[in-house]
Amino acid sequence: MDTSLLHIHGLNVAYRVEGGEIDVLRDISLSVQPGETLGLVGESGSGKSTLALTVMRQLASNGVVHGDHIQFRGQDLLGLSEDGMRNVWGRELAFVPQNPATALNPSMRVGEQLAEALQLYGASREQARARAVGLLEQVRLAEAQRVARAYPHQLSGGMQQRVMIALALSGQPRLLVLDEPTTALDVTTEAAILDLLRETVLQRDSSVLYVTHNLGVVATLSDRVAVLYAGELAEDAPTGELFRQPLHPYTRSLLDSVPRLGQRKDQKPLQGIPGQVPRLQDFHNACVFAPRCPLAIERCWTERPTLDAPTPQRQVRCHRWPEIAEGQISARQEETKPILRAHQAAWPVLNVEKLKVEYPLPRSVGQVLAGKPARAVHAVRGVDLSLGSGQTLGVVGESGSGKSSLARSLIALVERTAGRVELLGVQLPAKLAARSRETLSQLQMVFQNPEEALNPYMTVGESLTRPLIRLHGQSTVQARQQVPKLLQAVRLPEDYARRFPSQLSGGEKQRVAIARAFASQPEMLLADEPVSALDVSVQANILNLLANLQVERQTAMLLISHDIAVVGYLADQIAVMYLGELMQTSPAEAIFDAPYHPYTEALLASVPPPDPFVEQKKVRLEGELPSAIDLPSGCPFHTRCPRFLGDICVQQTPPWRETKDGKRIFCHIPIEELVQIQGPVLRFDGRGKQ
Amino acid sequence: MHAVGTMIFLIILLLAIFGPLIMPYGASQQIAADARQAPSLTHWFGVDRLGRDVFSRVVAGAADIFALAGTGTLIAVAAGTSLGLLSGYRGGWFDEVLMRFFDSLLALPALLLALLLLGSLGPSRQSVLLVIIVVYIPIVARVVRSIVLSVKTRAYVEAARVQGESSARILFREILPAVLPTLAVEAALRFSYAIFLASSLGFLGVGVQPPSPDWGLMVNEARDGVSQTPWALYFPAGAISLLVISVNLLADGLKQAFQADGEV
Repeated sequence: MDTSLLHIHGLNVAYRVEGGEIDVLRDISLSVQPGETLGLVGESGSGKSTLALTVMRQLASNGVVHGDHIQFRGQDLLGLSEDGMRNVWGRELAFVPQNPATALNPSMRVGEQLAEALQLYGASREQARARAVGLLEQVRLAEAQRVARAYPHQLSGGMQQRVMIALALSGQPRLLVLDEPTTALDVTTEAAILDLLRETVLQRDSSVLYVTHNLGVVATLSDRVAVLYAGELAEDAPTGELFRQPLHPYTRSLLDSVPRLGQRKDQKPLQGIPGQVPRLQDFHNACVFAPRCPLAIERCWTERPTLDAPTPQRQVRCHRWPEIAEGQISARQEETKPILRAHQAAWPVLNVEKLKVEYPLPRSVGQVLAGKPARAVHAVRGVDLSLGSGQTLGVVGESGSGKSSLARSLIALVERTAGRVELLGVQLPAKLAARSRETLSQLQMVFQNPEEALNPYMTVGESLTRPLIRLHGQSTVQARQQVPKLLQAVRLPEDYARRFPSQLSGGEKQRVAIARAFASQPEMLLADEPVSALDVSVQANILNLLANLQVERQTAMLLISHDIAVVGYLADQIAVMYLGELMQTSPAEAIFDAPYHPYTEALLASVPPPDPFVEQKKVRLEGELPSAIDLPSGCPFHTRCPRFLGDICVQQTPPWRETKDGKRIFCHIPIEELVQIQGPVLRFDGRGKQ
Repeated sequence: MHAVGTMIFLIILLLAIFGPLIMPYGASQQIAADARQAPSLTHWFGVDRLGRDVFSRVVAGAADIFALAGTGTLIAVAAGTSLGLLSGYRGGWFDEVLMRFFDSLLALPALLLALLLLGSLGPSRQSVLLVIIVVYIPIVARVVRSIVLSVKTRAYVEAARVQGESSARILFREILPAVLPTLAVEAALRFSYAIFLASSLGFLGVGVQPPSPDWGLMVNEARDGVSQTPWALYFPAGAISLLVISVNLLADGLKQAFQADGEV
């Protein structure tokens, strides 16, 4: 009937649980054309992974499919037997999962795993071995021969994911299904994998179904984007059109809740989406987005919208799309007022000098007797920082940069090995037990994972009273009286005090954790990846909450994040860390302009912008992060630096160079030269994808 | 199955508590005229060679085993939990020394360790109690410690530390609740093994001494005359199996209940 490679029509999926079924997907209709890359975007609970697994016929055993059909090259996949699927898997349809570490067989060499697949597709043993190495070269693994002989655990996460892609390509499938393949990777690694996908897809002319929560990835990679919300298809459109003129209020809200490179709280605040994803089955006669939609009207609550096709290329499920298309209404809220920046720092709060954190490696008795020197992981290596009242210092770096060790040593959850830490002019002891109550109350922390932030056996109210009782010496009765005020400050209803953490959503738990950290009225707050475990729509609300609380209370904040857009949004000053050392410090508004440290440049060039009309310079890092035990000599970045000069970088520690706009860069290349060779990383080109 | 296990366990527990009220004869009362009688309406489980009513002895034995294995388990669990909490939370040399010591205890088979201890202490009820405690403290401590190691790095425990909470509060209020579900299952399992151990020692003649109505001891005493009075052997042996199986089923049920809550 049509030319689609994959055509899904009226698909419903539910999971059987005790006492009934939970609807996960409802009435999904989608198609993928030959040679097309379809990005499937959604937050957690949207059903995007379930959709990918249903297409693969790999649904968990309690999954129930009620569907018209999933037509793949004229064949109904839902009607095929398991044996029938064997001819489809690998050769027609291939899958790349999120976590390559559990998808690869840990007890088989990588080359053999590939050869096994190739033999299944008809190659002889010798052919298969040779082609396995060829495939590894095709996914641009340096030293493919060596990688083929390696076991999966000997490879880094990025290399493992390349092997998974090679494995998926081994059967030359017509459709490649990728489920969040880069989510567990660092941005610089992610960028290289996305390059690889883009080039292999173009080369091979096969189709791709790319499942992700990351709008930046779909903007740079896909031809078309389908947006899922709570198990329904909200909108489906060519990438350019979707980003230029989204027709569903959810798409609009989602786009406005992601921080872009260079977006700042005091200029263009993020728009989070209030509330949380509801249960699909509660919405038989209403729009499932209505409870959170700024444009919801009476009709949205009484009648479920149909899936309309505004143009032959687009689909949208919203009553009000004609008005949105004509520009009469919009879910964008222009009038939100920017978040104020704190006044100039009135007094210094934090001063850190030559901070070092080392984790000693255990030595065996034999090693001690043989007189082998004690070795250590050098997590933080001589960091200097200072921070004034009400200011935010963002520390950005990839995994292994030492950013978490930095924060944890400041608050003494790990003991620093050397260096001075001063808070409000008082030197802080390295051990937590040696710190006074006053010090503890002045320095508090918000942790990364909201699921673990609160004691599951304590009510929210009790959790909130503890800092008041311990640090301010209040009685239990006094402390209880403060709880409503604390909850109010983080925009939670007062009756939440009686709830247990299991009754709260992830975003709400993080709000309580923030309230607890602010309860002792700290002078300084450490926030270690406070939003990285949250969905983007919730993330925006938490970031704005942090920013507002901080300004109200003149609290200084050290914000740790792997996401340079998040840091750029919230911080006044930014420090970039690599392998335990600072590479660059800079006022936040200047970080996106040249000159940059070459590492900063690579970071900025690696974040996929959630905007297809932006052209991004391509700077990629080669090789792997060096070991933190045997560190590189000279400049720590020299082993991967795209602007490597030569011997000087290997032999000499670089100088700190200063620019007129207050940046400090740790590099051998003079500022003037950096300015000349580096242009802006992002350029708006206005063309975008068709 | 779990319900059946729980029911059997409760019945034996009730027998142990209210045993004296329903025992037709005293545990050591000898009725010479009835010696070697097969089970009948007057002697439900028969009579042994010495003329003692087997039913009365089995019921009295229930109270005995609950007192012995129960007390032992309770003390072992309490001490093992405290040591495990402390060892896991403090770490360092304290943890190292304690764990290596426990490893050396665990390296010996439980029965061998028990025989060694009893050899030096002399057989008595108190000795068996001590054996149960010494043998099970290391096991409980290890289980508790392994959970503490994973719980103590959770953000809520770290948050408590930076809020200046005392170590005691962190151990008992923040960490212990997360240990309790696993601990309950472990305690039930330890109890069943303690019954087993106490009975084995009784059977070997190095545990509780005659004329106590100890089930293991009763099996041993009836061994020689098994062709004439098989009931004197089978009833106490059956009681041991029944109680051990029922406690195991109960532990299994506990485990499933906690897993359904997502807590183990």
